[in-house]
Amino acid sequence: MAHGPTTQWGEDKASEYKSKLGVYLFIFYTLVYAGFIIINVVSPKLMGVKVIAGLNLAGVYGFGLILLAIVMGLIYNYLCSQKEYAVNK
Amino acid sequence: MIYAASPFAIGLFIAFVLSVLGISSYFAKKTQSSKGYYAAGGTIHWGVNGIAFAGDYLSAASFLGICGMIAFDGYDGFLYSIGYLAGWVVALFVVAEPLKRFGKYTFTDALDYKFGSKGIQLTAAISTLVVSLCYLVPQMVGAGDLVTPLLGFPHYVGVIMVGAIVIFIVATAGMTSTTYVQFIKGGLLIVFSTILTICVFNNGISKKPSENYHEFKALKAVAAGGAITAVEDTSYKIAGEFKDKKGQFVKLEKDGINSWWKAGEKNGAPVLEEALSLTTRADGTKLYNGEPKEARKFFQVGSASKIIVDGQEVDKTGGLGPFQFLETLESSEIVRFGKAAISDGKDKVSVFYQNPTSGKDIMRPGLKFKVDKGSDFMSKLNFVSLMIALFFGTSALPHILIRYYTVPSPKDARKSTIVAIGSIGFFYILTLFMGLGAMVSGVIDLESSNMSAPLLAKYFGTALFAIISAIAFATVLGTVSGLIVAASGAVAHDLMSNFLGIEMTDQGQVKAGKISAVVVGCIAILLGILCKGMNVSFLVGLAFAVAASANLPAIIMLLFWKKTTSKGIAASIVVGMVSALGMILLSPSTYADIYGLPATQAPIPLDNPGIISIPLSFITLVVISLVTQKQAK
Repeated sequence: MAHGPTTQWGEDKASEYKSKLGVYLFIFYTLVYAGFIIINVVSPKLMGVKVIAGLNLAGVYGFGLILLAIVMGLIYNYLCSQKEYAVNK
Repeated sequence: MIYAASPFAIGLFIAFVLSVLGISSYFAKKTQSSKGYYAAGGTIHWGVNGIAFAGDYLSAASFLGICGMIAFDGYDGFLYSIGYLAGWVVALFVVAEPLKRFGKYTFTDALDYKFGSKGIQLTAAISTLVVSLCYLVPQMVGAGDLVTPLLGFPHYVGVIMVGAIVIFIVATAGMTSTTYVQFIKGGLLIVFSTILTICVFNNGISKKPSENYHEFKALKAVAAGGAITAVEDTSYKIAGEFKDKKGQFVKLEKDGINSWWKAGEKNGAPVLEEALSLTTRADGTKLYNGEPKEARKFFQVGSASKIIVDGQEVDKTGGLGPFQFLETLESSEIVRFGKAAISDGKDKVSVFYQNPTSGKDIMRPGLKFKVDKGSDFMSKLNFVSLMIALFFGTSALPHILIRYYTVPSPKDARKSTIVAIGSIGFFYILTLFMGLGAMVSGVIDLESSNMSAPLLAKYFGTALFAIISAIAFATVLGTVSGLIVAASGAVAHDLMSNFLGIEMTDQGQVKAGKISAVVVGCIAILLGILCKGMNVSFLVGLAFAVAASANLPAIIMLLFWKKTTSKGIAASIVVGMVSALGMILLSPSTYADIYGLPATQAPIPLDNPGIISIPLSFITLVVISLVTQKQAK
């Protein structure tokens, strides 16, 4: 069977930590994303309410979901890198 | 509408294609092993891989489809941007590192890493092929749409050209050349989309977007008993009338040319408002506003009918900042176009009528996806189902997943995903501005929403149009290359080598991959020609639904549930794939768009199957795994 990775790397003692952290962050983002869907379905008019800088909730929430993904990605990478540095010396 | 090819655009396009072919030929000499062919040797830098992810992912659907949908339906198109980007969160937090850790060349490798199961090898390979083909079709349709304005060739020529170039890219250097083509394309797309967006801001919003923008007429009419009986301008003669739930439409004849008008009221008096029409005659020939295409009477449209700035109505705004642009648009009124399908004797007529729409409605969901006005339980369920499929689909797309094998380590897989999220997220924010810019700049071709972004670029000059069109074409090349690598890996590596157990040398595996790439490429060409005219983003949405239903439950449960068995995985893939595909084939959209039947006859009232097929796939995996625990032990 031709399985197994194409390249080799050292043991990663941080993998369990990264996996748990990933799941927590995933759950958090999923809840925020679900909030967007729920508002649209349950109270769609709320999406038209002006929130900030002349933008309505639809605009702020939409941009917010995109920016939140980027920010959470950076935080996740920072925490993972710190842990890798600490335990994989 | 009719387009004129620009020599600059042709030159740029040829230069780009030659560069791509040059890159492929260069790497061909270095790609002799299966590791090099399927995974670029696992040596790609995470930064390059991150942008290549963007090049792979930002397909014709993202660029052409989403911009077109926003240009036609406002914020509803942006929902795709939000969903597509959110899907990367799943990829980063859940899938990226484990997939790199467990897989070798294909998505199937990762699923099968601890089982060595023929069932997983077969079902995952078939799923990869189905998802790849679902995704390939819209890319090829987009290629055909692009080549017409760029080079002046018919749709099928564009499809064949893309197919031939991509087959060359993949068959020469596999994943290595594909990676660099995607990297270059991803970078160019983001840079020039930024430039196009800045042009939109500088231009602002105007009631008359250009000097030659067509001014739609309104004719005073006489009505009696609910019918239009006469027109004040006696040079027009009433030649027919049609009523449906979208309104009352009147065919007028002047100088031997027929035109269509929508009946309405102005100050309490009946009027006929000019519409655009596309007539398909019994012999298959088409008339645009009653005349042949060459007469150029099928005008580009899209403008503001009322612009409000600081509470005052103005004719134009001048340059606007990003937030001002959105705020002004929300306060204004935009002329969108509705579509009515009319049977006029043996002729089939599509009438595109003016539909002034409040900016408030444009800037929030509801014009395409019925969640507010005119909504019901099923329309809301459709919306939820689509958003779920987009969220869970990204991390289940085989052509995206195989990119994790091209970097040296799991850490690099993670970092490249973050680069991808940053670049793709930035691009998706731009799609809202490009789409809305097209909506108010008088550039919309009502025959094809997919052309909105390139035509917006044309509005700002031939040079930008040529560059954007060439990049859009490159967009298709990059994504199709990735898809064909994934599909050829499924055939040669998963099916031939692993499932069938055909003994092959390392070079033999590369040869099998290349032959598979040629075959898959030819199938993609055929399907691209047959599916002309479909909205590419809609088709990609369906590919996401199949991927999310067939692949994601297997990945998630394999990683997080210790009782998962090989039979459970294989069964969940089959159930997810069959249920998603079956529901799509029996959905209202497929009935109307593919079969040409009334949507109401569709046995399944949902267009997006994810909300049913994804949980069904999860449940199948759990039940079958529990039932087969003893066998697994």
